[in-house]
Parts: sequence; C-alpha cells; structure tokens
Amino acid sequence: MPPHTADPQRHGDPHASSTESVHEAPGPDTLLATHDLVIDIPERASGSPIELTINPGQCWGILGPNGAGKSTLLHTLAGLRAARTGEIHVQGRSLPEYSRARLARELGLVFQKHHDGFPATVLETALIGRHPYLRPWDIETAEDYAQARAALARMDLAELEHRLVDTLSGGERQRLAIATVLTQNPRLLLLDEPTSQLDLHHQIAVLDHIRRIARGDRAAILVLHDVNLAVRYCDHLLLMFPDGKACWGPTRTMLVPSALERLYNQPLGVGEIDGYPVFMPRPD
Amino acid sequence: MTRSFLLATGVLLPASLLAILIALAYGSVAIPAGDLIAVIQGEGSRLHSTLVLELRLPRALAAFAAGGLLGVAGALMQVLLRNPLADPYVLGLSGGASVGALLAMLAGLSMFSVSVAAFTGALLSTVIVFGLAHGTGSWTPTRLLLTGVVVAAGWGAVISFLLAVSPTAELPGMLYWLMGDVSHARNPYPAWGVLVLVVLLALPLGRTLNVLARGPMQAAALGVAVRPVEWTIYVAAALITATAVMQVGAVGFVGLIVPHMLRLVFGNDQRVILPASALGGGILLTLADTLARTMIAPEQLPVGVITAMLGVPVFLFLLYRSR
Repeated sequence: MPPHTADPQRHGDPHASSTESVHEAPGPDTLLATHDLVIDIPERASGSPIELTINPGQCWGILGPNGAGKSTLLHTLAGLRAARTGEIHVQGRSLPEYSRARLARELGLVFQKHHDGFPATVLETALIGRHPYLRPWDIETAEDYAQARAALARMDLAELEHRLVDTLSGGERQRLAIATVLTQNPRLLLLDEPTSQLDLHHQIAVLDHIRRIARGDRAAILVLHDVNLAVRYCDHLLLMFPDGKACWGPTRTMLVPSALERLYNQPLGVGEIDGYPVFMPRPD
Repeated sequence: MTRSFLLATGVLLPASLLAILIALAYGSVAIPAGDLIAVIQGEGSRLHSTLVLELRLPRALAAFAAGGLLGVAGALMQVLLRNPLADPYVLGLSGGASVGALLAMLAGLSMFSVSVAAFTGALLSTVIVFGLAHGTGSWTPTRLLLTGVVVAAGWGAVISFLLAVSPTAELPGMLYWLMGDVSHARNPYPAWGVLVLVVLLALPLGRTLNVLARGPMQAAALGVAVRPVEWTIYVAAALITATAVMQVGAVGFVGLIVPHMLRLVFGNDQRVILPASALGGGILLTLADTLARTMIAPEQLPVGVITAMLGVPVFLFLLYRSR
C-alpha cells in the first residue's frame, strides 16, 4: 500500500471544507454499484445521491458522526431497507432480482447489535452462516462444521465453541458475529463497526484478516469510528455528513483535515506515523 | 444436531407409549398390567375391553394429540417472538378460538363450521396481538405480554357474556369445555392428522427458525424470507391452537412448560425442539388427564385445572428469571 499523505496545499487552505468525490464507472467485475442512491432517513428532507462502485480487492471505510446514516446505508445496500431513490446492483444484477437466499451467498452483513433469542452455543451460532447454502431438508455436513470451526479459530474463539453465547463478553460476542459472517463466506462483506468492543490486539487482528480477504476476488465495506484505522486499512473512504451530504474516493484524496474536522465537528491535529497521517482530536 | 435428535426421540417415544399405557390402566377402575396386556391382545374380559378400547383409548389419544399440538404451538410462538413466555393460552389465541367455537355452537352450526369459527377466532387473536405489539419497533416482552393478557381478558369477557345468555341446561358442559376437558373428545384422528402434518412441516423449517430466533434483520441477512416465514407461523399457530381447542377446550400452559423443559435438556435447535415438544406436550396432557380422572374419582376434574397448577409456577419462575 502506498503511504497516504494529506495534500499539503489543501491542508493549509481554510476554504477547502469539502472534498470532491471521485466516480469510477462500474465494470464487468464490479461487486456492488449504486446509482443515484439516496437512503431513507425519515427526519431528513434531502441527501446527496451516492454513486459507489465497489470492485474486487477493495476495502471501503465509511466515516461519519453518530446519526449520519452509516448503518442505514449498510442495511440499504444489503436490501434490508428500502432506499428513498436510486438503484443498487450486485454483480451487475439489480437487488430486487435476487432472492434473499441467493443474495446471502454474495453479500454478508455484521450488525452493530446482536440478538440471541435463546441461548445457543458459540459453534451453533457460527454455523448459521451456512444457512444460505443449505436446502430445507439438508443437515449441516462435516464440511460445514469445518468451515465454522475454521472461522472461530480465525477469531480466537476455538476454545469457546461449547460456551453459550449469553456468557460471552462484549468483545467475544463481536468476534463471534464476525466468525459467523466468515462462515457465510460472501464475496462482499458489510461490517457495521466491526472493531467496537474489541481490545487493541483484536481490532488489528480483525482488520488484518478482513484486509486479507478483501484482496483477491472479494471486497469489504466497513463502518468505522477510528479515522486512523480507516486510513491504515481502507483504500477508499466514504464520508457521510450529518446534513445528508456525502463524498467518496480513494483514501489519499479524502484525507483533507478541514473536511474531517467538519465531518466530526471537532478540531483535529495531524501527525505522521509510518508514512500514514494520524489525526488526533484537539480539545476546543 | 443429529445426536440430540436421536436422544430426544429415543427418550420421548418410549415415554409417550408409556404415558398412553398409564392412561389406559388408570381411572376410576385400575386395570392390572396383566389384564391390560390381555385386552391389547384381544383376550380381555368384556368390561375391561369396553373400558380400555372404547372409553380410555380414544380419550388418551385425544389428550395426546391436543397436548402435542399445544406444545408445538408454544414452541413456534416462542421462536417467532424470541421470548420463552409466549404461549397460545397466555397470548389469547385459545380465548379467540373458544369464542369462535362458542358462537358457532350457539348458532347451531355444524361441527365443521364450529372448527372454522374456532380457527377464525384464533387467527383474529394472532393478528391483533402481533399487530399491536409489533408497533414501530421490535417486540418487547412487556409490550407483547401486556397486549396478549389484555386480549385474553377481552375474550374472557366475551365468553362470560356468551355463557350468561346461553341456555342453563348447557352451562355445565360449556364451562367444563372452557376450563379444558378431554371427556367430550370423541374423534382424536383429525387432531392427529394436524399434529403429524405440523411436525412434518416443522422439520424442514427448523433450521430457518433457528436463524429467525436471532431476530428478523439477522435472519434476512442470512437469506431467510422473513415475512412469508412469519406469516406461515402465524397461520400455523392459529390452526394448531384451534384444533387443540376443538379437541379439549382452552387448556393452558402446556405450550409454556413443555418447550422450556425440553430446551434445558436438549438445547435450542428447533429441529429437535419442535418434534420433541409434540411428544412432550402429548405426554404431559395424557398424564395430566389421567390425573384429572383419578384424583377425585369417580368425579373428574377439568384437565385445564391440572395444567394451570403446573403452569402458573413455571410461568412466574420464567418471568422472575428474565428480570
């Protein structure tokens, strides 16, 4: 990955409060493309249309303050919520053409909150990731179990496979949710704050693994709250502003400090570590 | 999953057989094991044969089928609501079915029409409870239980009204039926048909229900067509409850006790819990009815009294534990 640096000219420019979005036209390999997409947030009168093109090998980060619509966007991309306007294409076919089961093989989503209606074991929970691949009368095969166990091992949960989910800590439950989507093994991973509740070591372990998956023929979209992790791990960023405006493009073009300050309504100091810009909040 | 399925059926199938044998052997007159075997082999005395084959067997089969149906209905609704307190009796489905059936009976309609009316009543109750409790957000236990309890109370008032305007001669029979009574069950076979059908439907749906227990959003993200599945369960639960109510009246708490006990032993895989609830519910109601026939013999108690005495403490315990 080339080192990312903020554009020094724009850095000093007080008028550069926003960045220009960089459009890429969808190609034959494109995993997900949106056209004229406006997400539906009831309290919001308008929002800027989002035109995303997610290609294999890409890792996108979504940044924005609370309530900007990051989760809503992920849910909309996964077909779980209707968009206000616009279209979503998954591998060249529009979203309504997919059955839920077919879509679940292409696109997996890790939610911010996890509901466990009845206590199930860790292994059973990871195993539901195989659901989209099984027909009604099928029973999970040894291969399905092997995939679930491999995903649990990836997330450092192998030893906990017989534990009940309601006895897990917040961070363990979060890693289990990621293990479930790894078992699901979709080509496009949508992760809503995958590092929340994780200790530093596991934040890096999870992001390293997602970055590795998103090389090759897969891609990932991550909602993150840590700008610096996004700078390290994401090659593209989508900034979502509280007023419904959005801009997106390759990470190095998006790291305009004034834009990030406006994004979070928070003064930021900029440093540099390993050739990456590092943003540190400054008290007002 | 396979192991706990085999374990559950391996334990519950013999237990079911045993429960039915106990129901055949005990009553106002106890029949010793030797005589019972003779009757089953077609060699028993005339009195014993009549007692066992014509009176106790149909009644035991009716109780078993109804109990199985109530167990499955409870298990299905608990998955749908992600709440172990859901049960067709607590949520007013049984009340709806009772009102439908009573109205049709008072109007002098045919048995088939009475069944249809009971189903309509149960379905109406389902739609009201789930529609209102759903609101804008997700189901919360409090909201759901309150809605169910209020709807059940509403049906209770309608039932009281209907009883008040009914001919006095029919009152005791109606009251017993409302309290849950197997003695009027004549033909257990339609209920068995529904029970077998529901279990066969539940087996392939089981894994989907496991996913649905994680919440509708997560289930949709894992490829479940949530709305159609939810509606299938609504209609199935109403059909099951109505069939059980037609058979034995408004017996409560079977759907609450049975799935809960089974989950403690066999875990939470719906592919195991649903068929196990059918057998477990059957066992519970068959034994409860035997108890109801023998406790103050030759008088009989309504079986609903027995299940309520067992169910109320279990319900309160579950509510207490869920904080």
